[in-house]
Parts: sequence; C-alpha cells; structure tokens
Amino acid sequence: MKRDRAGLAAIVPFLWLALFFAFPFLLVAKLSLSDTALAMPPYTPRIDWSQGLAGVQAFLAALDGETYGRLTQDRLYLDAYLSSLRIAATGTGLLLLIGYPIAYGISRFRPAVRNALVMAVVLPFWTSFLIRIYAWIAILKPAGVLNAALSALHLPPVDILNTETAVILGLVYAYLPFMVLPLYAVLDKQDDSLIEAAQDLGSTPLSAFWRVTFPLSIPGAAAGGLLCFIPMAGEFVIPDLLGGSDTLMLGKVIWTEFFSNRDWPAASAVAIVLLATLIVPILLFEREQAKVLRA
Amino acid sequence: MRRGLSAFNIASVVLGLAFLYAPILILVVYSFNASRLVTVWGGFSTRWYVALFQDAQMLDAVWVTLRVGVISATIATAVGVLAALALVRGRFRSRTALAGGVYATLVMPEVILGLSLLLLFVSLGLPRGFWTVTLSHATLTLAYATVVVQARLATFDRSLEEAAQDLGCPPWKAFVLITLPGIAPAVAAAWMLAFTLSLDDLVIASFTSGPGATTLPMRLYSQVRLGVNPEINAVSTLLIGLVATGVIAAYLVQQRRRRREAVPR
Amino acid sequence: MDQGADRALSERAPNSRPQIGGVRDTFAPWEDPAAHPLVRFEGVSKAFGDTAAVTGVDLSIYGSEFFALLGPSGCGKTTLMRMLAGFETPDAGRILLEDRDIAADPPHRRPVHMMFQAYALFPHLSVAQNIGFGLKRQGAPRREIADRVEEMLALVKLEGMGKRRPDQLSGGQRQRVALARAIAPRPRILLLDEPMAALDKKLRDETQFELMTLQQTLGMTFMIVTHDQDEAMVVADRIAVMREGRIVQVGRPGEVYEAPADRYVAGFIGDVNLFEGRVTTSEGGRVRLVGDDGTFEAEGAGPVGESAWIAVRPEKVEVHTDPPPPGVNVLAGRVHDYGYLGDWTTYLVEIAPGRLVRVARANTTRTVARPLGCGDAAWLTFAPSSAVVLTR
Repeated sequence: MKRDRAGLAAIVPFLWLALFFAFPFLLVAKLSLSDTALAMPPYTPRIDWSQGLAGVQAFLAALDGETYGRLTQDRLYLDAYLSSLRIAATGTGLLLLIGYPIAYGISRFRPAVRNALVMAVVLPFWTSFLIRIYAWIAILKPAGVLNAALSALHLPPVDILNTETAVILGLVYAYLPFMVLPLYAVLDKQDDSLIEAAQDLGSTPLSAFWRVTFPLSIPGAAAGGLLCFIPMAGEFVIPDLLGGSDTLMLGKVIWTEFFSNRDWPAASAVAIVLLATLIVPILLFEREQAKVLRA
Repeated sequence: MRRGLSAFNIASVVLGLAFLYAPILILVVYSFNASRLVTVWGGFSTRWYVALFQDAQMLDAVWVTLRVGVISATIATAVGVLAALALVRGRFRSRTALAGGVYATLVMPEVILGLSLLLLFVSLGLPRGFWTVTLSHATLTLAYATVVVQARLATFDRSLEEAAQDLGCPPWKAFVLITLPGIAPAVAAAWMLAFTLSLDDLVIASFTSGPGATTLPMRLYSQVRLGVNPEINAVSTLLIGLVATGVIAAYLVQQRRRRREAVPR
Repeated sequence: MDQGADRALSERAPNSRPQIGGVRDTFAPWEDPAAHPLVRFEGVSKAFGDTAAVTGVDLSIYGSEFFALLGPSGCGKTTLMRMLAGFETPDAGRILLEDRDIAADPPHRRPVHMMFQAYALFPHLSVAQNIGFGLKRQGAPRREIADRVEEMLALVKLEGMGKRRPDQLSGGQRQRVALARAIAPRPRILLLDEPMAALDKKLRDETQFELMTLQQTLGMTFMIVTHDQDEAMVVADRIAVMREGRIVQVGRPGEVYEAPADRYVAGFIGDVNLFEGRVTTSEGGRVRLVGDDGTFEAEGAGPVGESAWIAVRPEKVEVHTDPPPPGVNVLAGRVHDYGYLGDWTTYLVEIAPGRLVRVARANTTRTVARPLGCGDAAWLTFAPSSAVVLTR
C-alpha cells in the first residue's frame, strides 16, 4: 500500500485524545495558577474574550504561583505526597510477591486448565470494583466477618479497618489481576526447552528457575509493576472507604480539596504535582509497550 | 509440553483465587441474609431484593448507568478500532505519539482524569449531565478498547486481506468485509470491557456528572458512607451475576468454536 | 489436439530435428516470432532497504502457458510474483499485461489472481461464498455467480460442498477451494504461490497432474512459483531459473535439464558431474577438454586454451565391471557408496582420493548377473553427445 490508508484511521482517535485528554491538562495547569473566588465556577481569573488580546494579557498577568506556595507551606500536602508514593510502592511490592507465584502457578497447568484459570482471575475484575471494596468493609470492620472468624478460632480480634493496612490490603486485592496478567503472559510464552537445557546441564529446578525463568520474566514484572504503581499513586476509592482520616493519599486530597473545600486551584495544583511525579513512570511504561508494538 | 506442577504451584493458585473470590462470596451470601447485620445470620430471605426493586432512586441510577455504559462503550469501541488499526498498520510519524496518548490514558489516575475533564466541560460551557459523563467514560475506556483490539489485529493473518484485494476489493472494503468479521470477537470483548469499566466507575462520574444523571456507583458510594445497607448486597449480587453469566457464556462460546476448528483433517 | 498424434513415429518427417529432452512438445509460442507475450517484465528491479530482491529482470510469458519460476528461498521469485499481483511495486522497470503497463495499478484492479500458499480462505464465508467472492466484486448478477460457482465446484471435484465452511474441510479440499476461487473471476493469468508446499508426497504427485490437466482444459495461463525442481519440471511448459534476484536461464524443462546455461543451473536441477579442464579443441559442435580427471569430449563450443567444465548427468554415465577400451570419456575407480531406491540405483564411484562421480542406473531387470558393491572396481564411460560443455 503506497499511501498510508491505515494512518488515516488515526485522525479521529488523535483528535479525540487531543481534545479530551491532552488539552484538559493545560486547563488544569492554568487552574493551578489561579485563585479561589466566590463565583461559579469558583476561580479567578477568567479570560474575558470580549476584550480580545488585552483580555488575554490581563488574564496572563493575573496568574500566579500562590497556590503552589500554599502547598509547600502546609505539611499536610508533603505528608500526603510521600505517603501516596510509599503506599503505592508497598502495594506494588506486595503485588509482585503475591502475583508472581500465582502467575507462575497458572503457567504450570495444562493448557486447557490454564485458560480457565486466567478467566477465573479476570472474572472478578469484570464485577464492580466499588462493590468488592465495599465487601472488604464488611469483612474488616470491628463487627465484621474477619473478627467473627478469629473469635471462632479463639483468637483476639483485630482492628484493621480505617488504617493504612486496610488500604494496602484493598489495593493489593483490586490490582491483583493487573499484575497477574502481564506476568502470566510473559511466563506462558517462555520456551520450556530452556529450562530443560539448564537442568540437562546440571541445574537444580530451583536454580534453573532463578537463572533462566526469572530473568526472562522481568519485562512482564516491569510492565505489571508500572501498570499498578501509577494508578495506585492517585487512587481515591480505596483510601477513602478503607482508610481512616490519618491515611493520607493524594487522590483523597484532590477529591477533598475539590468537593469539600471547593478549592479548585488547590486540587489542580496537587494534580499537577502528582502528574509531574508520574511522568517518568508513564514514559517508562510507554517505552515498554512500544517494544511490544514494534515486535 | 511437559510442565511440572508442584504443590507450591497449586497452593499459590488456590490461595490466590480464594483471596479474589472470598469478598464476592460473602456479598452474595449476605444478600440473602434476613438480618441486617453481617455477623448474624438471620435465615434465608429475599427481602433485600424486594426492597431494591421498590427503591426508585436506586432503579433510576441503574437505568442511567446502563444507558451511559452502552453509549460510551460503543463510542469507545468505534474509536478504539480506528486507533488499533492506525497503531498496527500505520506508518505515520506521530504513531508513537498516538501510542503514548493511549497508554498514558490507560494508567492515568482517575482523579486527574476526572478533574481535567470537568475543567474542559466548564471552559466549554457544557452543562454537566448525561452527555458529559458519557463522553468522559468514552475517553476513559477508549484506551482499554484500543489495547484489546490492537492485540488481536496484530496477529490477524494479513494474507486474507491480500486475497480479498487480489479478487477485486479496494483496501478499505477488504478491511470491512474480511478483517472486521475476523476480529469481531476481540471487538466484542473490547465493548464488554468498556461497558464494565463504565458501569463500575465512581471517580470520573462524580467529577463530570450533573443533576439527573446520578450513576449507580455514585448512589452506592453515598449510601456506603452512611453505613451498610443490605440492599447494596442485593444489587451487587445481581450485577455480579449478570456480568459473570455474560463473561462465562462468551468464554464457553469461544472454547466451543476453538474446539470445532481443531477438527482433525 | 495435435494432428501429428496418430501418425506412427516412422512416418514422421525425417528432417524434424532431434529435440533436446525426451518428449515431443508441440506447444511453443515463444518460438513463434509473430506471437505476442501476455505478460512482459522489462528491466524490473526491487530492493527492500539495502537488500536487492530482484535485479534487472526481463521475462516474457505467453498465453496458455504453464510457466514456472524456480529458485531457492530468497532468490526473488516470490517478490517477482507479488509485483505481478500488485502487492509490491517495482523500483525500476515496467510490467506489461497485454502491452499495458500495470505497475501502477493496485491489486484489486488487475485481472490477475493468486492462489495463496496458505490458501487464505475467508473463514467466515462458506465455500460457495469464497469462490463467488471475486465475481461479486465485479458486480456480476446473482444468477451468473451461482452458475459459475457450480461450474467451479465441478471443475475441482467438490460438488455439493458449497455450503460448508473452510474449517470443515481437509487440507487438500481447502486447496481446491483456493484454486477455484482464483479461477472463477477468469483472470488473464493465474499465479500459484508454492501450491504444493503443504502436501505430502503422494498428494503432491496427484495434485501436480490435476493442475496440469486443469490448466490445459481451461487454456488459462498459469505461473507457478516454487523451490521444488521436480515440481517445476513436471508441470511447466517453460521454467525460469532464478538466483539472487536474477534470471539465470529460461527454457523448456528438457532444455534446462539437458542444456543448462551454467554450472549453477546444472547443479540446481537434478544431480550433475562436473569435470574441469582446459579446452584443447573446439570444432564441428564438439569440444575436447583436458583436466586432472582425464580427457573428455562433449557437445558444444568453448574458448580454446581457457578453462571450462564438462557436465554429464548421472544417468548418462555407464558403469562397467570390466575395463573398456581406452579413449576419451573413460574413468576408472572404486565404488565408494551406493543408494538402492528400487527403481534406480545410484553409485558414488571414487576415481581419485576424495573425488566422487555419481552414476545412476535404472533397474530394468529384476536380477543382476554381476552386481556391484562397495569397494568393487568399476569403470565409467559416457558418450560425447551425453555431455555438455559449460563455460561459466
């Protein structure tokens, strides 16, 4: 095909993403440089198009970095920022620890069983996320199922709900399919004859795993890790429902600033900071995916 | 392919699946619990289902959610097929930019996405309501649909399209008559994925919705904050049942088709 | 059918010159100066990046011909065929179909159809819908399409299978559908891409003859691309041998086999024994050559004083258990190895340390009075008319 007809198909997606994805970030950035106001929408300045170029100039002059200043002054934001990253990292680490054996275990079954198992892992993902988190409330609350089970075993009750532990538990639960699937995809594709060759040359099964299987599965782990870490850093629902008032995550901060405090500029500024932090992981993720695309 | 299956492997998988399904099972069980309390089993009862169907607000939210889901999934799938086509077959220079945009949307935290979409609607002067939620959901699920279709399109046998062209089809017609039917299962899967994600979304709906367009997750969220309402168990069970049936049915159909194609010559 | 068929051999015109290769072939439009080729490649070249796939190809293909492009993988034959079909465009040169340059036409506008190597049947359409696909694109009326599909199903012996789907057919049946689908829209030339690559030997032999019969019945021009020299030899009216993007020789199977253009063609098709030496005389269509292995005489002409090769096919070499009278084209050695194939026996005779000559003998009798085994002394002779001289 001389002319790139397939390339023409990119026009609509490009326009869509440009309008609904890329352009709005400029608005968020602009808003982070604005101030709150008692108006609807609650921020100032706004461009007065009727004044033409002068209006635009006036608008630009009224922007300032005051909101960012506020962010640096209040310790709350810094704490939320650090704990978001910490919780996301912890969650991702746990997901790697838990997800890897599951993905590896599935890849050892017969092909027919493997497909059914993958479907079983994916099926909860198709059911409501909110509902499943809600189910964890029923399990973890003081009068919940977990404590009922513990008391039946004559063990002391635990108070996990509204703590960071519950949040991490919820994150691991929600994102497990996102970690298992990329890992499984890589592990499944591996050529068994590599392991057999290693064992033939004197490796124990465990050593063969560490020296052959594991290193080759690292791209899958990287993809899964990034696929989980990035959205986790900005997660809202799980910290809100399962975490307490001392669990600070940026997703909650943005929501609270926006809905409770009606402080749109602050919400935007926090969003921009989060975005800036995640740019590098996002680019890493895109680079990994581009490799797959080129293959 | 001989693959050794150790006890550790089996244990990992069983525990993993138990972990995934335990909350769902608990939910389903307690949706039939006559007692309000989670810890007390008050006997089998369908009273919460009855209450659910009498709850007008809840039913209204379900209806809105379904409509938003269907429309946004359709838009997302249509645009996603185009994006997948461009990514897999295209040779234009900004291909990496398009891929970048798609993958960035995939991993973007929803609060950022929701906030930015709301600001877009505000600056465009669009009143928040049904259509802003729908367009936002389409944007959210577009990336997922693209990825699913792209994966299938990349492995599609291009000699089928060449054969169609050889016999007189212009390239676009070969795509419509031969390729699209060939990737139809993936397109359907993409639609289902987009639909489920839309059905499920709380954050973006909260930012971009408006009066009269309260979605089910928004309703559920406001109720959950107030406390445990067993009606939620009932609606959850119904939703889970609906989706599970659909997914399992699709899976079985696919397995049967695969088995038929493996008929020995 | 040809008029000379019912005349006995002895009644034929005595001055019809002996034909190279064993069979009487009356179809030869390429020898007719008034004939006009259906397809012409003129100076066609194509490169992929740094690799030159096809270089300076000139080729003419005539109507109703069964033409074969033969060569090893990577020689450019598939690229050449795809350029004719329209899936690649040449970097240089012209491709003419009935004197019109079609190089710029997209594949869907060319009256050229292809039978794909992996058949490429449309899985979601029935057999009948597959076969009628091309006609539907031409806009033929439904009645006509149905009739033509029935005709095609009968032609490829798949009557009654119209409603089936490709996944319900065997490999051989799928191949027939692919063939029928490409023939149904009446292309000016039908391209076959390694059509027998996926078949086992028995099926391959049957299919080869079926294809030939089909081609003659339809009178359609076929162009087959293959790396299997047996296949090309059996089915083709003419073969073009390709090597590294160039055409090395074009000719009838008999010509390519018995009068190869160079050592590459001689070695590529069948087995051959090559003897290198210096040309001492070259006159009257005979050449004498002296080399390390001995003195040889063969047909042809060669540059006196320069080196050349004598090529003789294994089946033209006679093996003797007693020494023959001394002369040219005589070799002495020991049987190094042999291969018994039932209908033929091949001997590898060592005439000097490390120097093996291949001899093939048809087993025309069930028993052999004085059989040869490993280590036995053997003498080899061949007639000058059985060998050719090659200068490159």
